[in-house]
Amino acid sequence: MTRLAVPKTYKLYLGGKFPRSESGRVYEIRSHDGEFLANAAKASRKDARDAVVAARSALGGWAGATAYNRGQVLYRIAELLEGRRAQFVTEIVQSEGVSTAAAFAQVDEAIDRWVWYAGWADKYLQVAGNANPVSGPYFNLSVPEPTGVVAIIAPQTGGSLLGLVSAVAPALVSGNTVVVVANEAMPLSAISLGEVLATSDVPGGVVNILTGSPAEMAPWLASHADVNALDLVGAGDLDWIHLEIDAAETLTRVLQPENGPDAASPSLARVLAFTETKTIWHTKGLI
Amino acid sequence: MTTSQTAMAQLNTGERALALIGGEATDANLRRYLHGIPGIDAVGLEQRASDLGTRSIKTSSKKWAIDKIISLIDLTTLEGADTPGKVKSLVGKALTPDAGDLSCPRVAAVCVYGDMVLHAVAALGSAHSAGTDAGVNVAAVATAFPSGRASLAIKLADVHDAVAAGADEIDMVIDRGAFLSGRFGQVYDEIVAVKQSCRRPDGSFAHLKVILETGELSTYDNVRRASWLAILAGGDFIKTSTGKVPVAATLPVTLSMLEVVRDWHRLTGAKVGVKPAGGIRTSKDATKYIVTVAETVGEEWLTPSLFRFGASSLLNDVLMQRQKMTSGHYSGLDYVTID
Repeated sequence: MTRLAVPKTYKLYLGGKFPRSESGRVYEIRSHDGEFLANAAKASRKDARDAVVAARSALGGWAGATAYNRGQVLYRIAELLEGRRAQFVTEIVQSEGVSTAAAFAQVDEAIDRWVWYAGWADKYLQVAGNANPVSGPYFNLSVPEPTGVVAIIAPQTGGSLLGLVSAVAPALVSGNTVVVVANEAMPLSAISLGEVLATSDVPGGVVNILTGSPAEMAPWLASHADVNALDLVGAGDLDWIHLEIDAAETLTRVLQPENGPDAASPSLARVLAFTETKTIWHTKGLI
Repeated sequence: MTTSQTAMAQLNTGERALALIGGEATDANLRRYLHGIPGIDAVGLEQRASDLGTRSIKTSSKKWAIDKIISLIDLTTLEGADTPGKVKSLVGKALTPDAGDLSCPRVAAVCVYGDMVLHAVAALGSAHSAGTDAGVNVAAVATAFPSGRASLAIKLADVHDAVAAGADEIDMVIDRGAFLSGRFGQVYDEIVAVKQSCRRPDGSFAHLKVILETGELSTYDNVRRASWLAILAGGDFIKTSTGKVPVAATLPVTLSMLEVVRDWHRLTGAKVGVKPAGGIRTSKDATKYIVTVAETVGEEWLTPSLFRFGASSLLNDVLMQRQKMTSGHYSGLDYVTID
């Protein structure tokens, strides 16, 4: 007798919990050759709004954690990813239709990239910060600080796990919290990453993962006044010029779309894109 | 309503109360009456409250509700760390809730501790309604708020001071200890005495809100009894909570109080106000209360003289929703004041 498969209906990852979409909608995830894999929640603009609220309330704790601690927490995620390699590989093979070897390569690269970014957590300050020379008995220090809530449209083409990690990890390094709209057609990696994050040391709300249509949610995230930065890396197929204009209305920083295999390649620039430099004066001490 | 009518209504309320109780307001008579009130079906009440919370509110109604909520707020600061400066900025916010949109209505009142009434009145200036309900009222918590643990003389002096300083409304706390140990007569007499202390030199009265502190009353039946007791004793408003205990206003508790108000209105034709306070932080929550009021006692209760929200952080959330409806995009905390 053949066994009936039990396909899953996945949920969103918001504020450290796994709620259904407020709208109650789901959509089908299909493999590269059209076979039904599972249902994913189709997030609405209200889910995006809730995600921003969750990210905002998690910001203080995450940005306030010591750089060393953030690095440790991020590294721990890489450890958990390593433990789930097989699951990620299976999902990538199913949804992307690549060879197992290619899937392993992608997962390994994603984990390595996560470790690479985790290492920057207590180092980017030394590289990007500065002690400015001034003519007076003062220290004049420029220090990068996290921008705040970063909304990300994850890459919609290429490796589904690698693209997501490449976009999310750099924003987390400096202490930003993230709302990410996953790859619409291949959200399995994002959903599994949510499950990894939920069992890691990352506080709830630091990463919020929305599955569904980027075209539907991006305008609301772009114009949202409580979003401080917008990473449009995967928004190349959307009307991203208008997203950028909407974002400008509420003084939101924007990173423009990137395409091709080198999209969101690892760089310190991606970390610094979501920081703001604070310059402070301090007396040298009156001896 | 003129002064003499107010006094008459007051007298009538007292007479009506005694007629209902069937004798003097003694412990025994009050206990017989209050324990004779039918009990509350807690499951049914909670179900009804949660049903009322699921009404679909369309955009135009939501717009109306948001402005309505703002006009019903008692903007509150009740901290040990309150200063005249903080009260002044609270008053500023009460008068101009959204500095970026002057079409935003004013709140109903500011609610402060008794010693801050002076500063609130000064800051309001000509916008102070001063007993006319035309502008922004000043509400003062009194009677050894929030515990109510002081002698009657001190509680009354507290009320006198606040009224003399210009308070339009007095939020008193009942003696929960006396209520829970069955000394209903004492609670009744205290409310009556406080009501008398709300009298201004010209004979008019400051509105009296009676705080039941439902979080300490344990059961819905107690909430219903305390509501009846407060109304019988002449409270103009019944208010759920001080906001100083873990459990504050909830929808089922407010619903049960509204039902008492509805019954009292049917019985006597008199209208008593309700004020849920504490724990209402989002405009979505507040809208549920609006629906509950409209569907329990009727829309005519949605006026500042009969319904209020006691809240501090609620206003910012409502303002953000209002900005969302005006601008078409979601607003953020950077666009409202830090209180």
